[in-house]
Amino acid sequence: MSYSLRTILVGAAVSFALTTLARAADNGPLGIGHVASPSQIAGWDIDVRADGQGLPPGHGSVREGEKIFAETCAACHGAKGEGKPADQLVGGFDTLATSKPVRTVGSYWPYASTLFDYIRRAMPFNSPQSLTADQVYAVSAYILYLNNIVTEDTVLDATSLPRVEMPNRNGLTSPDPRPDVP
Amino acid sequence: MSKRRPEKTGIARRKLLAGGVVLAGSAASAALPAASAGAADDNLPPHVPAWMKEQGAPFLSPPYGQPSPFEKDVIRRPRAPTPTNTAASSMTPWQNLHGIITPNGLHFERHHAGVPAIDPDQHRLVLHGLVKRPLIFTMDDIVRFPSESHIYFLECSGNSFWTGNTPQSTVQHTHGEMSCCEWTGVRLSTVLAEAGLDPQATWMLGEGADAAGMARSVPIAKVLDDALLVYAQNGERLRPEQGYPLRLFLPGYEGNTNVKWLRRLKLGDQPFQTREETSKYTDLMPDGTARQFTFVMEAKSVITFPSGGQLLREKGFYEISGLAWSGRGRVTRVDVSTDGGASWKEARLQQPVLTKCLTRFRMSWNWDGAPAQLQSRTVDETGYVQPTRAQLVDVRGLHSSYHYNAIQTWQVAQDGAVTNVV
Repeated sequence: MSYSLRTILVGAAVSFALTTLARAADNGPLGIGHVASPSQIAGWDIDVRADGQGLPPGHGSVREGEKIFAETCAACHGAKGEGKPADQLVGGFDTLATSKPVRTVGSYWPYASTLFDYIRRAMPFNSPQSLTADQVYAVSAYILYLNNIVTEDTVLDATSLPRVEMPNRNGLTSPDPRPDVP
Repeated sequence: MSKRRPEKTGIARRKLLAGGVVLAGSAASAALPAASAGAADDNLPPHVPAWMKEQGAPFLSPPYGQPSPFEKDVIRRPRAPTPTNTAASSMTPWQNLHGIITPNGLHFERHHAGVPAIDPDQHRLVLHGLVKRPLIFTMDDIVRFPSESHIYFLECSGNSFWTGNTPQSTVQHTHGEMSCCEWTGVRLSTVLAEAGLDPQATWMLGEGADAAGMARSVPIAKVLDDALLVYAQNGERLRPEQGYPLRLFLPGYEGNTNVKWLRRLKLGDQPFQTREETSKYTDLMPDGTARQFTFVMEAKSVITFPSGGQLLREKGFYEISGLAWSGRGRVTRVDVSTDGGASWKEARLQQPVLTKCLTRFRMSWNWDGAPAQLQSRTVDETGYVQPTRAQLVDVRGLHSSYHYNAIQTWQVAQDGAVTNVV
């Protein structure tokens, strides 16, 4: 008896939840569009915030990154990230306030999360979104290593990557101070 | 029966002849610039022009109309050599245009990974994050929403150059990463109401469906103010280069934030710190810090006639004409100088004068044949006055890359040649 009562209660709860869900789907003022399912969202939800929110499971080492970088990145960014034809990724430290500023991942990018986010969504240029999460962690680790920001034995994952301290972490200012001229 | 056959044959022959005339006509028009140079007087009075002596091209040739072949030089041109031809930009030929509307085929381009070919039936917009109900929309859904049309300018924040201009620079080169269209779509606030905005939401990520997954964070205040989801441009669906089938439109904000091929909107309680708002589109100051989230395109103006590369063939009357705009609202005034800023006269503003839209200005001018330096300076409804280059550089140095809105100077030489003053 108690079993069938539980069944009835669970059934009622499920039915209530389904009704609520169905009602929620039509709950917008105009009723246009459909509720996006968690799996639909998961496939497209690729952004990574500075605090690490959005980082996927997985991990990658500097060593692994070195190999991937040589195979998929170096042709455009140079063997050691020195750039040409594509952006220089390495160096430029202490140049931002000079007459020849060099803006690289090492000298300019304030968050390591951006490196992961950008590689995952847009690189390699000829085949974006083709790298696995492990590979993106590894390439990120290697580029940070080339900039002397992490050590050679570093392995990055969802916990360690947001903790990487970027040299220009406090270099960006907001809010917008304009109008500032005249 | 025997009578009909010759008739049919006759019709067929006439059709054939007509076809032959069309072919000959189009061949002639393609060759006309050269031909008319050889016999320039043949079409001038008292002679009857050749195009009055035969039928013109048939209608629907082609079904989607094209400019006259004589306008073949009115085209977008690349901004600068780039390592790839997909992460690049092209510029609007303002020296050839009239009024304030940019024809769709001449709207400037800035792509980070080329122009995706998107089947609108296969396109979706996902709206999620800090909302009560995450939603997914088809293009049919988006078009069902109440719609609005507005004429707004769109300017790449890298339009105009802090360094690297030459005397040969045309206005296409100096100001061509800016265009102006009538945009039609739905208020983003209306779409957000369908999902139910969480009060914690302070920023929104917009993400494109291009191979760069181009993404920018936008403050919620702007989203709820006048942001649009746009699907049409100057009356027709967006051009592929402008984000077909759907783009974000943020009136007055730097072009890059107006994410094209829009596939995802995510609400959050902080900015998302994408590459395009950290590594790029930040303004490096002389002290080595960089300004972030500098969205608004400040008031700016430029004379499009006479402008770099053009030639005044004789002394006398000319109408100086140009464009003024502000990301903060309406243009209230444009002054024009013909003596390098020593003296100014107020220009006439062509109606309509709309918010965050180009305003065409004009001023009559009698050129006396002496060297002249032409400048325009605009003021917007906030009272902001377009600065000089010296004023800008004094505060921001030479390496901030974006948001250059200084007064532009064109030099008119004694021989009438117009060049850029670097």
